[in-house]
Amino acid sequence: MIRLEKRPQPSRAWSMATPLLAVVATMVFGGLLFAALGKNPFVAIQTIFWDPLFGEYSFFYRPQLLVKGAPLVLIAIGLSLGFRAGIWNIGAEGQYIMGALAGAGVGLAFYPLDAWYVFPLMVIAGALGGWAWAMIPGLLKVKFGTNEILVSLMLVYVAELILGSMSTRLLKNPEGYGFPGSRNFNDYPAGNSWIAQDLGMHWGVAAALIAVIFAYVLLNRHMLGFHIRLSGEAPRAARFAGVNPARLILLCLGLAGALAGMAGLFEVAGPAGQINIDFNVGYGFTAIIVAFLGRLNPLGILLAAALMALTYIGGEIAQDNLGLPAAAIQMFQGMLLFFLLALDLLTNYRLRLAVKERT
Amino acid sequence: MSQPLLSLKGLTKAYPGVIANNEISFDIGEGEVHALLGENGAGKSTLVKMIYGLVKPDSGGMTLRGAPYAPSEPRVARADGIAMVFQHFSLFDALNVAENIALGMENPPALRDLASRIREVSETYGLPLDPFRTVGDLSAGERQRVEIIRCLLQDPKLLIMDEPTSVLTPQEVEILFKTLQQLKAEGTSILYISHKLEEIRTLCDTATILRLGQVVGDCIPRETTARQMAEMMVGSSLKTPERSGRTLGPVALDITGLSVSSPTEFGTALKNLHLIVRVGEILGIGGVAGNGQEELLGVLSGEITTDAGAVKMAGQPIGRMGPTARRQLGVLTAPEERLGHAAAPDMSLTENALLTGVVRERLESHGFLKWGAARGFAERIIQAFDVRTPGPENAARSLSGGNLQKFVIGREVLQDPKVLVVNQPTWGVDAAAAASIRQALLDLAAGGAAVICISQDLDELMEIADNFAALNEGRLSEPRPTEGLSVDEIGLMMGGAHGMEVAHA
Repeated sequence: MIRLEKRPQPSRAWSMATPLLAVVATMVFGGLLFAALGKNPFVAIQTIFWDPLFGEYSFFYRPQLLVKGAPLVLIAIGLSLGFRAGIWNIGAEGQYIMGALAGAGVGLAFYPLDAWYVFPLMVIAGALGGWAWAMIPGLLKVKFGTNEILVSLMLVYVAELILGSMSTRLLKNPEGYGFPGSRNFNDYPAGNSWIAQDLGMHWGVAAALIAVIFAYVLLNRHMLGFHIRLSGEAPRAARFAGVNPARLILLCLGLAGALAGMAGLFEVAGPAGQINIDFNVGYGFTAIIVAFLGRLNPLGILLAAALMALTYIGGEIAQDNLGLPAAAIQMFQGMLLFFLLALDLLTNYRLRLAVKERT
Repeated sequence: MSQPLLSLKGLTKAYPGVIANNEISFDIGEGEVHALLGENGAGKSTLVKMIYGLVKPDSGGMTLRGAPYAPSEPRVARADGIAMVFQHFSLFDALNVAENIALGMENPPALRDLASRIREVSETYGLPLDPFRTVGDLSAGERQRVEIIRCLLQDPKLLIMDEPTSVLTPQEVEILFKTLQQLKAEGTSILYISHKLEEIRTLCDTATILRLGQVVGDCIPRETTARQMAEMMVGSSLKTPERSGRTLGPVALDITGLSVSSPTEFGTALKNLHLIVRVGEILGIGGVAGNGQEELLGVLSGEITTDAGAVKMAGQPIGRMGPTARRQLGVLTAPEERLGHAAAPDMSLTENALLTGVVRERLESHGFLKWGAARGFAERIIQAFDVRTPGPENAARSLSGGNLQKFVIGREVLQDPKVLVVNQPTWGVDAAAAASIRQALLDLAAGGAAVICISQDLDELMEIADNFAALNEGRLSEPRPTEGLSVDEIGLMMGGAHGMEVAHA
């Protein structure tokens, strides 16, 4: 019989090793799944993990990794600060949409003015849009004790409706022949987030890297980061240490909202190009997985986002080239999260083969 | 006594990294009150858990009246006539006494029959208890009575009691002791676990002393002094805290007319509380836990804010200040609950040193943390208070309760407080460490700090406090000088025995 035994303190080695083990386990069981679907598991795994990076067409896929990874990192970093403090903002998708709308709105208001300050103003507006959307669950929680999980999630659907309205009414391209969707920012150099489009480099990638460094310093070197971690681990001790819970809730939600909003703005002003009904593709939800896959650690999030972006792109290639159903790819991604959470147990517990108890 | 009731032979139980019990052997005779003594971590709990069937020994065995006895679970132990009253009660607040007792029975009779049996037992043993009262309304002493009666209904041969008096007023202790003596006279054996050596001297026939999982001796408590027993427990000679004559200075902190409701649902509101503590004074606040102690600490630490003028430090209103501002002024506190309140369980000792030390030890500049300095501070605490741990990078929860307590108290004492408030400073700490914590508090007071010591341990308060006040249902009694205060007077200040004094009349 196998027993679980609580470790005297969390194992550092295991907390590093479990993500790797989870990836390996996902490959094994994902491979079995693909084999059951009648595909060669080795080819499928290679298509997902190897081809986007080093395959024949990797020159095309590598920039895609940056494009997919950047918003995931930005959003996940913001979420991880809240998760560390025990604040469960799962409405990043809505904050992402509202940031994109606010930022794009400012950009479109200036169109076609060609001035250096247009893009920075768009970024600020994007951050404010996401921040304001996140303040709704924040203030409701602080003032009335509502559950931020529910409120932030519900607001995603509200944001989607606003997005639909905006793309067909207020922000609709006047020269768009009646089709829904705003003007395309790729045709508006002053309001464009690309740095080098053929490399996949846009300002969101730069912002994501800055956010990683910022979060790392905050959590490891700064009093505020210490208070965030303390609030998550021992809320009463945090109060005793002088943390004001209400202020911390607003701060964490606001930061997450601002980062998600910025991610939305960078997306709309670059890779997506325009506000449209189908603008959001679920980065805000995937970022939750990324945050946990990265163990809520900024560097881990960077790696996790890279891994998630890889499975997205690799998954698409596998769908196109091997004819794997989209559901199989989603299951594959689900397995990754499942194994990660399941194996996480080993950080705090160790397995022990129980010696037969005296009868 | 020809044949012992329960005989333990070479009981051994190991947990990863520690041998909790190593070859424990002793006998409990019929009708004997047997004390089990030992510091925290000596292995007392593991041993009684084996007797009660909660833990299986790795090796060794027991015999009950000569027959092999190896309970696989508490139900079997109960069927064999072993009953246990735990330190922490397992009662449902929302149910009444009879319902609670029925829940713990195999085949509970109809509630009305059960209630009459409860009345019968409670009258026989002088433990008055109304079977239809809701447990949530009962005092700690009465709740313990529910647990005891629950055990007595099984007609046990051996009753195990784990620290039964820690929640009782002196009068309630007296009632309990009469009950236990009556049980003994009827032939029931009692295994009695306690830290309070004087109690053991009055009550117990024999005592077995454990240290580090081994039996290190036994004695007849009546013929042994408390000091001798303590030294057997600790394994070295004890230093009694020295109390030099103190002169009290100006008022360091005062609370006037404070009423505040508890932040928690089952907490106790503080009612019209007045309190003054002077420079150089140790004010002892006694009372059974749950009578507003936590709320009082919260009011002083700044976790509960009040009207500005309700709490004043040297005349300056601080009632509205949060914990950080108060630390800046020198008002430091050490809460009772170590894990989760005074310390974050999964964080390292360095981080926990930072938790309250950041202000006064200047462990940050412009919001950036000085980890080196924080580590140094943690090391100073570990050194000065003899905290047993491999180093400051270890998580708080890896420390034993007593060691963590030393760390938590040491953290505040070393920050040079002007006013120090401690709640249960030596709870769960072994005798030697308790003595050194008390000495540190005395030294602080002698050095010009004002100390408020909230404690359930009356001996402790008598030993170190200049003045004594009791907290009862959120009301604080008028403080009185500890010198010349009798146990009876203290008991009355603590609210007596909740109207149960007549039980044995």
